[in-house]
Amino acid sequence: MLNVIWLGLIIISIVVAAMTGRMEAINAAAFEGAKTGVTVCLGLLSVLAFWMGMMRIAEKSGLLELLARVLSPIIQVLFPDVPKGHPAMGYILSNMSANLLGLGNAATPMGLKAMEELQKLNPDKQNASPAMCTLLAINTASITIIPTTMIAIRMQYGSVNPVEIVGTTLLSSFAATIVALLIDRMYRYRHIRRHR
Amino acid sequence: MYQWVSLLSLWAIPVTIAFVLLYGWRKQVPVYETFVDGAKGGLTTTIRILPHLIAMMVAVSMFRESGALDLLLRALKPLLDLLHFPEELVPLALLRPLTGTGSLAIATDLIAQYGPDSFLGRLAATMQGSTDTTLYVLTVYFGAVGIRNSAYALKVGLWSDLAGVIFSLLIVSYIFA
Repeated sequence: MLNVIWLGLIIISIVVAAMTGRMEAINAAAFEGAKTGVTVCLGLLSVLAFWMGMMRIAEKSGLLELLARVLSPIIQVLFPDVPKGHPAMGYILSNMSANLLGLGNAATPMGLKAMEELQKLNPDKQNASPAMCTLLAINTASITIIPTTMIAIRMQYGSVNPVEIVGTTLLSSFAATIVALLIDRMYRYRHIRRHR
Repeated sequence: MYQWVSLLSLWAIPVTIAFVLLYGWRKQVPVYETFVDGAKGGLTTTIRILPHLIAMMVAVSMFRESGALDLLLRALKPLLDLLHFPEELVPLALLRPLTGTGSLAIATDLIAQYGPDSFLGRLAATMQGSTDTTLYVLTVYFGAVGIRNSAYALKVGLWSDLAGVIFSLLIVSYIFA
C-alpha cells in the first residue's frame, strides 16, 4: 500500500512537471524535501527522548498499572467476551493508558501483547474476533492527552504557545473514539447475529 | 471556552511531569537513571523514523512543487466548497489513515508554510494528533498474531478517521474562531 502511494506521488509529480515544464522546480524540491525530513527528525529526537524517559518512570513506579486499575470497569463494558481477570485485560489496560499519554511507541508493544492474549481466546485463528476489532478501534482513534509530536513541531516553528492544541486534540480524539466505539458496537451485533 | 482550553493546555504538561516524578520518587524508583534509560529508547525510535520521513518528505515536496497537488485540488474543489473544508488540508486528511510518517510530513509542511499559530497550522496539528494511522495499526496488530481476515475492523477504523477529521475542523473552528 505504502509502496503504491510513494511511487505514485513521485511518478505523477515527474510526469506533471514534464508536462508543465517545471523540471527545475522538482529537482530542487526533491532535495529540499530530504533536508526537511532530517530537520524534522532532529526536532523530534529531543521531545521523544524526553517523554520516553518520563514514561519509563511511570512504568517502573507502577503508575501505568494504577491507571489501568482505575479504568478497569470501562474495560468490562467494552470487552464483554473477555473473562474477568484474564491476562488480556491487563495488557488492554496498559495499552490504553500508554495511548492516553500520547506515546504510540509505548502503546504498540502492550497492544501486541493484548492481541496475542485475545488470539488465545479466539476460536477461529484466521478471522479477527469482535474483541480484537474493538481493541483495534480504540487504537486507531486513540484518545490523546499529550500529542507530543505535534507540540515538538510547533515548538520548532516558533509557535507563541506550542501546547495550545492539547485541548483541541483531546476533545477531537475523544469524540472520534466515541464514534469508533459506537460503530464498532453496531458491526459487532451484526457480526454476532450472522455467526449464530 | 478558548481560555479554558488554553489553560488546560498550559497546565497539562507541567502537572503531568511533576506527578510522574513525585510518584516515582515515592515508590523509590531511581528517577534519574530510569529517565536516562527510557530516553535512549527515544533515540532508537527517531533513527527508525528518519528514513521514512526523508522518503515521504521528498515525495510530498515533489508532488507540491510539480503542480500535481494543484491539479488534484482543482478536481476536488466543488465537493470541498460544498462541505466548507479548507482545501489546503485535503492531502493531510486523505493520507492520515494510510501513512503516519507521510501525514506527519504533510502536517509539518503545512505548519512551516502557514505558521504554527495560523488557523491552518492549528488545524493540521489537531488533525494529525487526534487520530492514528489505521492502516499501520491494522497491519502491525493483526500481522503479529497471524489474522488473515480483519472482519469489519478496517471499516470501523476508517469511519473513526473521518470522524476525527470532521471533529478537528469543527472544534478548531469553534475554539480559535
